[in-house]
Amino acid sequence: MNKNPLPIGTPAPDFTLHDSPDQTLSLADFKGQPVVIIFYPADFSPDCGDQLSIFNEVLPYFQHHRSQVLGISVDNVWSHLAFAHDRNLHFPLLSDFHPKGAAAGLYNAYNEETGTTERAIYVIDANGLVAWGFIASSPVNPGANGALEVLEALSRGTPEPIQ
Amino acid sequence: MSSVLAVPIDEARDHLQGATDAPITLVEYGDYECPFCGQAFPLVKELQRELATQMRFIYRQLPLTQLHPHAGRAAYAAEAAGLQGKFWQMHDLLYDNQGSLYDASLVMYGDVIGLNLQQFVKDMESPEVAERVTADFLGGIRSGVNGTPCFFVNGRRYDGPYTYSGLRQALTDASGVQV
Repeated sequence: MNKNPLPIGTPAPDFTLHDSPDQTLSLADFKGQPVVIIFYPADFSPDCGDQLSIFNEVLPYFQHHRSQVLGISVDNVWSHLAFAHDRNLHFPLLSDFHPKGAAAGLYNAYNEETGTTERAIYVIDANGLVAWGFIASSPVNPGANGALEVLEALSRGTPEPIQ
Repeated sequence: MSSVLAVPIDEARDHLQGATDAPITLVEYGDYECPFCGQAFPLVKELQRELATQMRFIYRQLPLTQLHPHAGRAAYAAEAAGLQGKFWQMHDLLYDNQGSLYDASLVMYGDVIGLNLQQFVKDMESPEVAERVTADFLGGIRSGVNGTPCFFVNGRRYDGPYTYSGLRQALTDASGVQV
């Protein structure tokens, strides 16, 4: 079934998820800067070049645009901690564990059949609106170019030059 | 989202094997410390043997340095060897020795392939080589690279399995299409 992302301009639904056993992050924490949300099916997928590693490598370019990158899957925080350590990830992984897939569901990014998050990417602008959304219709990892181009366009549109 | 090669083949710049006017172009973005790229290495060689004059092969650097601590230096080594006209010799040694990509090993490989070692070490540290690898990396990202290895067949990202038959089929399908 082809899924459509939330339309551009939609206020991005807020969520509060654990990024560690005793701490949570909310999307609202990042109001005022763009946010890149990467929904991915599961920690420890077999490829070393999975989409998180690509985003991790491109991270300085995302940070150049003052954006915050967040990864979300339904895995629990302990799996996330181990996975982030194993892949040397430098952005938070959020656990959409309980209620399962509830945050992903707000973004049309939860697969009810498999019980995992879809391969999906959203760029939320600094005002909290969806600037771009992508949900993969086949089990092929998306690259980072879509999100990067959107961030570049957002930066060009801002009144202050990006340093 | 685009998955089309964003940086055209430049015969003056790219590392290219095979006839420049071959109908099929296979581009690989790779990481010398990535085991999946290591597995693809003999597959590419086999495809080159079988397709001979039909295919040209271009290799570009996409080291995932956060994941593979030696991949960046290995990419520098390959490009520095390229400045002395021995890119492919170094490239082959790196993939044949993925478990030994320490700096001392890289210098030893340079010695094995007959590089001017003083120049090699200097070039490895040079901004030119670093910029070259960065340019390859960014070009790959803009092309929609989604992992390593990432292949482009006549300019289109290959999304099939990294098997001989999968790649062979994609190359055969592309043989009638010019990009």
